[in-house]
Amino acid sequence: MMRFLLLFSRQGKLRLQKWFLPLPEREKKKIIRDMVAMVLARKPRTCNFLHWRDLKIVYKRYASLYFCCGLEEQDNELLALEVLHRYVELLDKYFGNVCELDIIFNFEKAYFILDEFLMGGEIQETSKLSISKSIEASDMLQEVRGSVQAPYQSYQSQAASKKAIT
Amino acid sequence: MPAVSKGDGMRGLAVFISDIRNCKSKEAEIKRINKELANIRSKFKGDKALDGYSKKKYVCKLLFIFLLGHDIDFGHMEAVNLLSSNKYTEKQIGYLFISVLVNSNSELIRLINNAIKNDLSSRNPTFMCLALHCIANVGSREMAEAFAGEIPRILVAGDTMDSVKQSAALCLLRLYKTSPDLVLMGEWTSRVVHLLNDQHMGVVTAAISLITCLSQKNPDEFKTCVSLAVSRLSRIVSSASTDLQDYTYYFVPAPWLSCKLLRLLQCYPPPEDGAVKGRLVECLETILNKAQEPPKSKKVQHSNAKNAILFEAIALIIHYDSEPNLLVRACNQLGQFLQHRETNLRYLALESMCTLASSEFSHEAVKTHIETVINALKTERDVSVRQRAADLLYAMCDRSNAKQIVAEMLSYLETADYSIREEMVLKVAILAEKYAVDYSWYVDTILNLIRIAGDYVSEEVWYRVIQIVINRDDVQGYAAKTVFEALQAPACHENMVKVGGYILGEFGNLIAGDPRSSPLVQFNLLHSKFHLCSVPTRALLLSAYIKFINLFPETKSTIQEVLRCDSQIRNSDVELQQRAVEYLKLSSIASTDVLATVLEEMPPFPERESSILAKLKKKKGPGAVSAGELEEGKREGGEVNGAERPGDNAAIAASNASTPSPSADLLGLRSAAPVSAAPVSAGSLLVDVFSEAGPAASTAGVNDDGFLSCSSALSSAPPSVVSEDPAPPLPESDELLNKFVCKNNGVLFENQLLQIGIKSEYRQNLGKLPNTLRNIVLLIFIALLNEILLNVQLKPVDPLVEGGAQVQQVINIECLSDFSDAPLLNIKFRYGGALQNLSLKLPVTINKFFQPTEMSSHDFFQRWKQLSQPQQEAQKIFKANHPMDTEVLKAKLLGLGTALLDNVDPNPENFVCAGVIQTKAQQIGCLLRLEPNAQAQMYRLTLRSSKDTVAKRLCELLSEQF
Repeated sequence: MMRFLLLFSRQGKLRLQKWFLPLPEREKKKIIRDMVAMVLARKPRTCNFLHWRDLKIVYKRYASLYFCCGLEEQDNELLALEVLHRYVELLDKYFGNVCELDIIFNFEKAYFILDEFLMGGEIQETSKLSISKSIEASDMLQEVRGSVQAPYQSYQSQAASKKAIT
Repeated sequence: MPAVSKGDGMRGLAVFISDIRNCKSKEAEIKRINKELANIRSKFKGDKALDGYSKKKYVCKLLFIFLLGHDIDFGHMEAVNLLSSNKYTEKQIGYLFISVLVNSNSELIRLINNAIKNDLSSRNPTFMCLALHCIANVGSREMAEAFAGEIPRILVAGDTMDSVKQSAALCLLRLYKTSPDLVLMGEWTSRVVHLLNDQHMGVVTAAISLITCLSQKNPDEFKTCVSLAVSRLSRIVSSASTDLQDYTYYFVPAPWLSCKLLRLLQCYPPPEDGAVKGRLVECLETILNKAQEPPKSKKVQHSNAKNAILFEAIALIIHYDSEPNLLVRACNQLGQFLQHRETNLRYLALESMCTLASSEFSHEAVKTHIETVINALKTERDVSVRQRAADLLYAMCDRSNAKQIVAEMLSYLETADYSIREEMVLKVAILAEKYAVDYSWYVDTILNLIRIAGDYVSEEVWYRVIQIVINRDDVQGYAAKTVFEALQAPACHENMVKVGGYILGEFGNLIAGDPRSSPLVQFNLLHSKFHLCSVPTRALLLSAYIKFINLFPETKSTIQEVLRCDSQIRNSDVELQQRAVEYLKLSSIASTDVLATVLEEMPPFPERESSILAKLKKKKGPGAVSAGELEEGKREGGEVNGAERPGDNAAIAASNASTPSPSADLLGLRSAAPVSAAPVSAGSLLVDVFSEAGPAASTAGVNDDGFLSCSSALSSAPPSVVSEDPAPPLPESDELLNKFVCKNNGVLFENQLLQIGIKSEYRQNLGKLPNTLRNIVLLIFIALLNEILLNVQLKPVDPLVEGGAQVQQVINIECLSDFSDAPLLNIKFRYGGALQNLSLKLPVTINKFFQPTEMSSHDFFQRWKQLSQPQQEAQKIFKANHPMDTEVLKAKLLGLGTALLDNVDPNPENFVCAGVIQTKAQQIGCLLRLEPNAQAQMYRLTLRSSKDTVAKRLCELLSEQF
């Protein structure tokens, strides 16, 4: 079972945190600090796995973002790498060339997509098609408000020059 | 156009996020956030009711602020309100807020549960999934109480949508992990297992996580899943890459499901059904074969997914550990990976070879890769890969390659990363000891270790080298020579000084013949390091100096000079000062004989589990912690008891007793393990429980000279050390004791956890004890019926005792004077996490010290008359408890330990016996007469003894026997 998933930038800014077991806030902050410090210190082309306490840490960098998760002893590291990759693919499919800004401005969407994919630290659905379908279905349920969205557009113009993370 | 345009961008939220991003400083950010928080608070408190959209927007802003790392202490109520909105997006944001922010003990949980209940019964699959997600995210006990009954029903209901089934399966798993007692599968079991056959791959993928977890806890109830899993796996493995449509990931069919199936099978032993097993072996072979095929894609995702399955298959093969052919193939496959250009694969190959190395079938195959692994240790750029290489070298080490591996690890240590040095040091120390054929190699290795990585050499490591040198006289000379040479280095590590000081103090004489290492040269060498060392090391050196005075009288004046100087005798450290004063006094007033006795060479240490191993286990994770604790406890016990152990070096005992300082050089005390675990009750110390180090300890024990008694006077330690809070003896222990009065072997105690067998034998004491002393050796066999952790304090046993294993403890008991209470045996162990405490009376009764005496009728009656004072006789008339069989009676009386005298008593029906009880203090003669009356089924038992208490006690004991 995956214990947690963190997304943070090269500057160490946390972009998304998902905890699959409840932990006290202090413990979470400690883990975040340790993960960011450990992962950012890794040199390029080293392996994607680390040991930390009794957990296996698997991380991968996509453009400016690090995806990092903590696994239990019996979990498969290679497969966890592909969990991260599949999540990136899902984000990419939803946002279209997803970049860090998409995740910042639509953090709630990033959580919703993750929820369709993982639950309680286990894989719920691996099919890209099914997941996209259910996300689209829930988007259809949303009522459209305000056709002109000035600040959002400014984010879009920022994002126009965005570097996709895939 | 990106898909987001479909959403309802919350304008205010986007503005706020932009503002935050534009903040130039942390202060500006905090200011902006506080402004926003004040705004939201006023909106929430305002009179005007907020519409759903605004509520959603503000809740979302709060969530964003929280995720930035700020505390949020309001808004929960508004979020809960959103749950009951009928607009999907509002509900969704509400659930998200609750999932992220509500901790399990919130008082809002009842309101939340209500909203969840409504959504679960709404039959709207999207709402149901949201609710299930929320339960899984919060996962509290209250939620388990509320929904654990409902969710299994949703999971197996025929009309539930597939997506809801998936959520329900994982949600149930989450609740099962929090509150296994609340999730009762019972009636659902078989329907849940059959989800493995579901048409929908997504449902199978989600359900199998649940089934795996349930199988681990209740393997029997779920064992039908094995054949289902095998057939599902076989279908996937043999399918073409396109068969499974979207469940094919980069040309690999269903990698997640395959791995989970292989993982599920690891919960069970190999299938018994031949057909199932055949099919499974076929699958595993196919997976191994596929690894050799050219890749279908160059993408890393393809190879990762493929290899993930391969590693999981290898893990299953290792788990079964029964198919030599597959094991060797697995090993070869991993061998290929060891040289793969992908760092990840090298890392994983090293890791999984570690487990393979412990299988007897593949150990040899793993060993063939030694050069590659050594090369990895030397050349890998990545420290975590090097760490795995070091682990593997440790795992593959055996007698044949130990020297090579230890040498490589040592040379690696010179450049090793700081993060792994300590562990490496422990590993080298353990391997060197475990596989040492000649101990000079061992000494070299450890000294090298201290030289290269002295800072990382923990106390356990250098304690251990000293224990070994002391116990093996073939290596002592070599050790002295080697430390002497090592100390020549201008800068040597303090640990080296400690080892050097100790070894030269004990065995410096072995190299003193060489003028290059004459006594004075040795002393000057040691003393040249003195001023650079810490207090504990200096204390150790002072002890070495006093030992020098004994070994080499010619150094006496020089050393006394050193002891006398102000920096020693007035040292501000009380330990050093005291040692200087005491040693100086000792060296000037004691005669050479006394000095020689007091400063005698250390006796051998009892063989025990290496403390280093325990330390490594402790380092290795929480699983081993209990063993580590036991080890700690053991050592503390050793320290307390060591203080009064007569075999200990007296000078050291003296200084320890005066100032018990744990940091001092009390090697003997800290690591000597003999502990009297037979605390003697009620202040009558009658038996002296010796350690296994028997002869040496006893020799010193009988040295009744001045200094020893002086040292025990110094130590205010109580005469007997009662192990801390032993449980009161079992109520039936007196009865158990009686069973052993007339016999020496048998089962003392048995319960569902363990069985304690006793085998006691008299031994004429080996060697130097006077013949008047007689020791009983009790061999206690403890057969464990279940897996428990055992800590018998006599001789440390392996802290983890397997079920069904036997542990043997030898207790030497010497009788000091007569006694009536049996010593207590206190056994503490851990079983299932709980500490068990068991107190039994050891079947040691006074009659165990009988020496039979043969005598003629005349002599017997003459003595009988001599013992005619009333208090010297004890008599009892009692009813027979057992049939009066002459042969049985004879056997019992012989078992008592006395001589059964024929033709003594004029009445042939009567039995007379004679014996002498040997105690250290005195010999106590005893005569016995047993007169059976077959008609009345009664006995009259008469005992006469030179000591009244003995007669009385024997009479009591024996009256229960017939």
